[in-house]
Amino acid sequence: MITIIDYGMGNLGSVQNMLKRIGTLSVVTSDINEIEKAEKILLPGVGAFDAAVKKIDELNLRTVLKYKALEQKVPFLGICLGMQLLTRRSEEGVLKGLNFVDAQTVKFNFGNDASLKIPHMGWNFVKENKQSELTKGFTPDYRFYFVHSYKVVCDKSESSILRTNYGGEFDSAIQNGNIFGAQFHPEKSHKYGIHLLTNFSKI
Amino acid sequence: MLLKRYIPCLLLKNSGLVKTVKFKNPKYIGDPINTVRIFNEKGVDELIFLDIEASPQKQEPNYKLLAEIADECFMPLAYGGGIRNIEQAKRIFQIGIEKVAINSSAHSNLKLISEITAIYGSQAVIGVIDVKKNLFGKQEVVSNSATVKHKYSPEEWAQELVKAGVGEILITSVDKEGTWEGVDVALTKRITDIVNVPVIAHGGVGNVEHLRQAIKDGGASAVAMGSMVVYQKKDFGVLVNFPDKEILEKI
Repeated sequence: MITIIDYGMGNLGSVQNMLKRIGTLSVVTSDINEIEKAEKILLPGVGAFDAAVKKIDELNLRTVLKYKALEQKVPFLGICLGMQLLTRRSEEGVLKGLNFVDAQTVKFNFGNDASLKIPHMGWNFVKENKQSELTKGFTPDYRFYFVHSYKVVCDKSESSILRTNYGGEFDSAIQNGNIFGAQFHPEKSHKYGIHLLTNFSKI
Repeated sequence: MLLKRYIPCLLLKNSGLVKTVKFKNPKYIGDPINTVRIFNEKGVDELIFLDIEASPQKQEPNYKLLAEIADECFMPLAYGGGIRNIEQAKRIFQIGIEKVAINSSAHSNLKLISEITAIYGSQAVIGVIDVKKNLFGKQEVVSNSATVKHKYSPEEWAQELVKAGVGEILITSVDKEGTWEGVDVALTKRITDIVNVPVIAHGGVGNVEHLRQAIKDGGASAVAMGSMVVYQKKDFGVLVNFPDKEILEKI
């Protein structure tokens, strides 16, 4: 059973649908008591960093998420903005991130190169930086659907499990023990996304 | 390296899938859900659904059908047609569709775009520009399924849409749509030259060479295709299909 955190940022329908497709039960909730019982947590999210942090704090979810991720160490996956929230801060806002992974979120900056558009939107390849249960069985032709204007930079290379090239390499999937983040959208990356979420459901 | 996107653009009318020629004579193609399943198997990059009746008939988006489509769709999905206010856009995002395509409403209420992007981000809004030649051969911006004409040029309108906050632009040549003759490369280029957001070229794609022209000569970041992915070939029967990944990667 995967508990999907609903804090009002972005659509949860497609994540739920894909989990249903791979035969994994999921529940969508913002209820602290229910999150406390979670076996596995998925933190989705689309939108602005500060708006998301504000919602999480308004719902008093910071403490319970921290308890589950850092003390109980349940498998925890942040997707897109959900991954950026795992970092300590973002250049997109001023509020504090969850700080579950030693990393920060910074804006793409291509200087005067007009050929690189922001947001980084579309299908792009991922390259293994470090072996992980989340990406087990991935091959070099694996690609995922990205939509983001900010990127995550890990303090240490060992926290980065996948890297992607867009005007230079950035960390497209990260890990700190039981805590994972994916910058792309597995729920919108058909067979590649099914593979990643199947891996997560087995951790 | 970011891949170019090749996107089936599917037209909805009365819950069925149709295909038009120059925005006219909609012919029934089939059931949208079955079609999505086929595109899932083929692993297409993205899908765009446009309801061709919603705006001219002032209908609400068909939420029930869109929810069924989103359920089946494991690729990014955009929807356009009849979106007039933020509440309608919210319902569409809640269904699990990640982008809304705004055309007709933007002409009367450009603010709608910034209202949506303030909550969902610029990547969630495609600004749609339909362009049609008038009797003197001048290309005009049209809307409401090409039933309403506007004064500004495609370039002026593209710049307005970008200023309003759209994350990408879908430029459609009404005169080329459904013709299999290739996209209007010059029109595409006029837009890609002046905006810094990705541009999706649409209307007229009949083969892989046309895709290449839209990308290489038109400067498009993506190409939308209709007839080519729902018919076996020109003047033949319905066959949902999609070019092989290997062929597309060579473009």
